Amino acid sequence: MLTFLLRRVAVIVPTLLFVSFIIFGLQQLLPGDPATAMAGEERDPEVVAQVRKLLHLDEPLPVRYGYWIAGVVQGDLGLSLRIQKPVSELVIEKLPVTAQLAAMAFAIALIIGLPMGVLSAVKNGTAWDYGANIVALWGLSTPNFWLGIMLILLFSVHLGWLPASGYVSPTEDLAQNFKAMIMPAFVLGNAIAAVMMRHTRSAMLQVLSSDYVRTARAKGLREPKVIGKHAFRNASIPVITLGALELGQLLSGAVLTEQVFTIPGFGKLIVDAVFNRDYAVVQGVVLVTASAYLLLNLIADVLYVVANPRLRA
Amino acid sequence: MSASAVADAAGAEAAPIQSPARRALRRLIRRKGALVGGIVVLLFVVAAIFAPWIAPYDPTATDWAAVRKAPSAAHLFGTDEIGRDVLARVIYGARASLMAGVISVAIAMCLGVPIGLISGYVDGWVDGLLMRLTDAMLACPFLILAIAMAAFLGPSLTNAMIAIGVSATPIFVRLTRGQVQSVKVEDFVEAARAVGNPHRRIAFRHILPNVVPPLIVQATLTTAAAIIAEASLSFLGLGQQPPAPSWGSMLNVAKNFLTQAPWMAVWPGLSIFLVVLSFNLLGDGLRDALDPKHR
Repeated sequence: MLTFLLRRVAVIVPTLLFVSFIIFGLQQLLPGDPATAMAGEERDPEVVAQVRKLLHLDEPLPVRYGYWIAGVVQGDLGLSLRIQKPVSELVIEKLPVTAQLAAMAFAIALIIGLPMGVLSAVKNGTAWDYGANIVALWGLSTPNFWLGIMLILLFSVHLGWLPASGYVSPTEDLAQNFKAMIMPAFVLGNAIAAVMMRHTRSAMLQVLSSDYVRTARAKGLREPKVIGKHAFRNASIPVITLGALELGQLLSGAVLTEQVFTIPGFGKLIVDAVFNRDYAVVQGVVLVTASAYLLLNLIADVLYVVANPRLRA
Repeated sequence: MSASAVADAAGAEAAPIQSPARRALRRLIRRKGALVGGIVVLLFVVAAIFAPWIAPYDPTATDWAAVRKAPSAAHLFGTDEIGRDVLARVIYGARASLMAGVISVAIAMCLGVPIGLISGYVDGWVDGLLMRLTDAMLACPFLILAIAMAAFLGPSLTNAMIAIGVSATPIFVRLTRGQVQSVKVEDFVEAARAVGNPHRRIAFRHILPNVVPPLIVQATLTTAAAIIAEASLSFLGLGQQPPAPSWGSMLNVAKNFLTQAPWMAVWPGLSIFLVVLSFNLLGDGLRDALDPKHR
């Protein structure tokens, strides 16, 4: 197990190094002089000079990368030129909001996707199966920002049940927080639910044709027990670990969902930074997202090995 | 050999020999979902190409006497906040979406397939290096990387297509590499090597044609993802710039007029949904038709 863990970590380190190359390289895409581009519309020579000094733009590229990565390793993601705050502080401020949204969306995806996948596999080839597949295809094909707008139209404009936008901290008012977050979480979880449904269906179909399920049935166990205790328990391990890999989609989706529902999270931070030409924030958010994605992948891999004794050897 | 087996063999000999492509096409047509998907995609392509003849109005022409008018005989999909015809903008919007889908995937394939081919064929440190780079790109979520790239390149449809194409490249690198690794150990590749073919010829003439079917499937499914990505970037203001129509930017404006003009949000969203659903259905059908394991 320790060897496996060390081997996985050993792969992550160079990957992270390449991630840092890509993110640092983004700066090179800026047309013209980066200092002028970053200094904003006014192009005040003093500000341009300050940006040039701050980012060591007079130094050669490898030296600039050295300064940047040395800061990143120490938790310094740079300074937001617009908000005049360290990027790491902004990230820490916004991360809990997106984490709550992502966690609620993942829970909704599990609540919808797992039972639908089980039903689809158990009733394979019937109208239930086709119905579940259509729902999954709908989930995969609906742009979440459009779904968000349509739900606002129904639940906020017509029915007036839920707020159309805004965010209330759970520490302030838990009920209001739930009301504000449930619609965005559903919108975000919708596509992941479709993916989970497809994973569950294929895992269940494989497990249902295995010898131990046949043995359980031969023993005379009732069908719900065969499905719940023998089939689903085994099928759920790869499903949950594969689901964890959907984090990337969750974070991408959060950018749009937060924009539609005006939630002050990680996604809104990157979009606002893009329009304010606050490039250090853009780089910081991409770096933190990629690192979180790699870390969660590692955790998913480890959980998979822990849950499956055959892989431990 | 039994009599029926002899009859089967005779029947098989009498049947006309079909090329693999024709067999795949027949299997594809038999799948209703894929057929419907293909027809809908074709309809959108026709609408995009012939937009100037099909669209009832100029998509950028404003009419201050017809601001936010509900759907009627004069304006079938209604009008927007400055009196432009929503149907005309939806039809012209298909151009941006389909172009983004096709060009982004073309960029991703032009970059990803050769890299995957080299990585899978060469092995060793080259493979290791290319895979770490691919892993690093895969670690940055697709849309977030596209947003970051579009932010640095500047907002425009061209830059959005470049950003989406580059962000989708690792998918094709991974797929091509995996396919090449399984094909390169086949007997026919060994035979090509044994008769003294150079590496380049083996890679391009013997291996590449055998990895094309899964690439076609992936290209179809990635087109759907690229269309959603373009709509997402345009929705955020990083894709097609106003006044040129795009489904994503139309939704961005529509969300500010939900109470006064809900139709502004319905039609562009429905178009994205329909075209993406159709590409997904077509991709699923192509997978079943081209992948021997799915037959």
